[in-house]
Amino acid sequence: MNKLSRIIIFLCALAIIPANYMSVWQIQLEAPQYPEGMKMEIWSHKIGGDFDKVNNLNHYIGMAAIKEENFKEFKVMPYLIWAMVGLGFIVALFGKRFLLYAYTSFFVLCGAWGIYDFWNWEYEYGHNLNPHAAIKIPGMSFQPPLIGWKQLLNFIAGSFPDIGGWLIILPAAIIVSVNVYVFFTRNNKAILIK
Amino acid sequence: MKMNILKSILVFATSVVAISGLQSCKPKKVDSALAGNAAEKVYVAPGKKDELYLFTSGGFSGQIGVYGLPSGRLLKVFPVFSQDPEKGYGYNEETKGMLMTSHGYVPWDDSHHPQLSKTDGNADGRWIFINGNNTPRIARANLGTFRTEEIIELPNCGGNHASPFLTQNTEYLVGASRFSVPYDKEGDPSISEYKDKFRGTVSFVKVDPKTGHMSLGFQLLVPGVDYDLARAGKAVSHGWVFFSCYNTEKAHSLLEVGASQRDKDFIMAVNWKKAEEYLAAGKGQKWPAKYAHNYWDENAQTTVSEMMNEVTVLDVKNLPGVCYYIPCPKSPHGCDVDPTGEYICASGKLAAVIPVYSFTKIQKAIEAKAFEGDFDGVPVIKYEAALDGEVEKPGLGPLHTEFDDKGNAYTSFFVSSEIVKWNVKTKQIIDRVPTYYSIGHLCVPMGDCIKPYGKYVIALDKITKDRYLPTGPELCQSAQLYSIEGDKMQLLLDFPTIGEPHYAQACPAELITKNEVKFYKLENNHHKYVTTSEDQAKVVREGNNVHIYMTCIRSHFTPDNIEGVKLGDNVYFHITNLEQDWDVPHGFAVKSANNSELLIMPGETQTLKWTPDRVGIFPFYCTDFCSALHQEMQGYIRVSAGNMPIKFSTGAEDEPTVSK
Repeated sequence: MNKLSRIIIFLCALAIIPANYMSVWQIQLEAPQYPEGMKMEIWSHKIGGDFDKVNNLNHYIGMAAIKEENFKEFKVMPYLIWAMVGLGFIVALFGKRFLLYAYTSFFVLCGAWGIYDFWNWEYEYGHNLNPHAAIKIPGMSFQPPLIGWKQLLNFIAGSFPDIGGWLIILPAAIIVSVNVYVFFTRNNKAILIK
Repeated sequence: MKMNILKSILVFATSVVAISGLQSCKPKKVDSALAGNAAEKVYVAPGKKDELYLFTSGGFSGQIGVYGLPSGRLLKVFPVFSQDPEKGYGYNEETKGMLMTSHGYVPWDDSHHPQLSKTDGNADGRWIFINGNNTPRIARANLGTFRTEEIIELPNCGGNHASPFLTQNTEYLVGASRFSVPYDKEGDPSISEYKDKFRGTVSFVKVDPKTGHMSLGFQLLVPGVDYDLARAGKAVSHGWVFFSCYNTEKAHSLLEVGASQRDKDFIMAVNWKKAEEYLAAGKGQKWPAKYAHNYWDENAQTTVSEMMNEVTVLDVKNLPGVCYYIPCPKSPHGCDVDPTGEYICASGKLAAVIPVYSFTKIQKAIEAKAFEGDFDGVPVIKYEAALDGEVEKPGLGPLHTEFDDKGNAYTSFFVSSEIVKWNVKTKQIIDRVPTYYSIGHLCVPMGDCIKPYGKYVIALDKITKDRYLPTGPELCQSAQLYSIEGDKMQLLLDFPTIGEPHYAQACPAELITKNEVKFYKLENNHHKYVTTSEDQAKVVREGNNVHIYMTCIRSHFTPDNIEGVKLGDNVYFHITNLEQDWDVPHGFAVKSANNSELLIMPGETQTLKWTPDRVGIFPFYCTDFCSALHQEMQGYIRVSAGNMPIKFSTGAEDEPTVSK
């Protein structure tokens, strides 16, 4: 790896640090009665935003209350994010290609797991509806979108990365780009250091 | 003969022409036509918000009306001195104490003069104060919640009318007696002893700058005339308060004649900083006095009602430098201080001029002892020595003056039913515009402040006659909005008001909206009977009292099936609204309750006392359409003849909880 690649990896790892202290993902809800909207936040270690309000509304359709203690992920995710930071520093320090490949794979695996896990929870909450609820949902399916906007009864639900999420996604994209660059220039001795 | 007939015809024709000509000489009324763009200037599109809040006194409704300007749309009516069954105010256990007085529970008063709290002489949007005229009181409401939070009664006082005009940093509110009476400790002298035994008081109510809490600082003992209105000095005249006085004749019967004899009555100038000095020097006397002080304990969400038993009084006769009279033509009503604090304008209801006094000249006159004598031991400053100038022939029946930000004054005229605009420095009349009809007070937004907002003047009318669709003998009350942006005042809008709008104050909306409370935080609710979650809901018997700790949240009460109440019990529904969101109040009503409903804001606890009068099943339900399943938000309470175990439940119909 050349010096520039290593600096870029270092900066990317640095940029991820604040993601530990911010909301990573957000689900926005808007309805005629909620012009001000509601926002549910997913942090690495907790839920935030208007979860109480949403839980209170969800009982109409029989959706289970979303409670922080149900998510084991909050025990793991902070370590994963710190690993993204720490491994990035190691890659930048040693500048070894195989370390970079491993680092990138780690990102890809974390990302894939994150998406799968999030979808899983959405499926779980969206289908495990109390049949005695006041409002029967056609098909008993009330699943928010994985990403993007979706109309659910009177609500427009939007699911997007929050600032903390962007602080992971953007560095991840840069790291993958560096990876591609390093891979295709691996035989060009002139730009290799050492 | 022919000539004579011709002459007679000529005389007849001439006189007919002359008389019909005279008829067409009728003075024209001022044209009331609206300018073409008036609608545009008051139109606030659906979903858009008004520029200003207007707070009008409810007069005999004892409430305060809240309007948006320039649209004139009614936003809210909140109770101050009157019970309000809609909000449970004065009915629920938490607010009953707010209406306590030394005479017991007094659930009505006549509220006259709203006053926005001030910092540095300008409205700060924190609180609004208003006087109760009948059973002398002053109230404070919080402008974050639009709720009355404190009421203090004034002893030794009849008719708290010259009130609650406040000083430039809300250091003090005043309350001066419109009806002089014997002091509370003096029993019941004969009414004919008025001149000897009847006295006035000026109460100075201290306001805590952080909490707004009021306390009776001291009372000035003043001669027994009628004190009508007041304004505190500001800027250069900070430290003084000016009062208008009528009935210096000291009539005690048929005042409409008896109190209108003298050519001049008085403006009373009070140096309250001097009074404070005397107080600090121990010149005050402690008098026994019984008066109520009621305030809202935010923590406990309940009114604390205390009966006080002492007041410190200062007799102005014996304390030179506190109090002066200035002659004023004739039976003055308004007594208004301009934005610079230098000019004091008095409006003699029966006077042909508006005298404008100079604060500087008053100070010089006091120094030079330019007195024409004294009145009951209070020095009377010479009229000319205090006078800056007079506004000549302003109109008939001047009542009240407010000011814009350009050095102009606006005076209301009850008898000639008009607003007259004049320049404070030159005393020249600039414009006049009719009002419909018989304006009392008027209001320029922040027109009593150091920096008036200007832009509009609002007329608060006493008579509406033919202005609206009729509603029987009692017609609607009304205010009118005029633009004062140009040289000519321009009528923009008539809008009906609640009660009788004696006076109003207006300020830019953002001064109020910045303090907006959307709901109460449940974690800060330390009500004695709060229930913070459904699993803590319970029913507890204490002798003949049954306490129901109930919660409500969309769309159910917990518990909603209750048994075990016995005829003769007092049932207390302590209901906590568990919602923690904006605009989700729940109501509560139970069949046969002889008081009112409850209207419980999110995070709040309220208590309704209910004494069932017969055996049976009584439904209760939510009265505020809260959700799609509001109509399902109901329950039952059973009242039995004999002893029954207490049982309560929600949703578990077959297995109710049984308490011991």
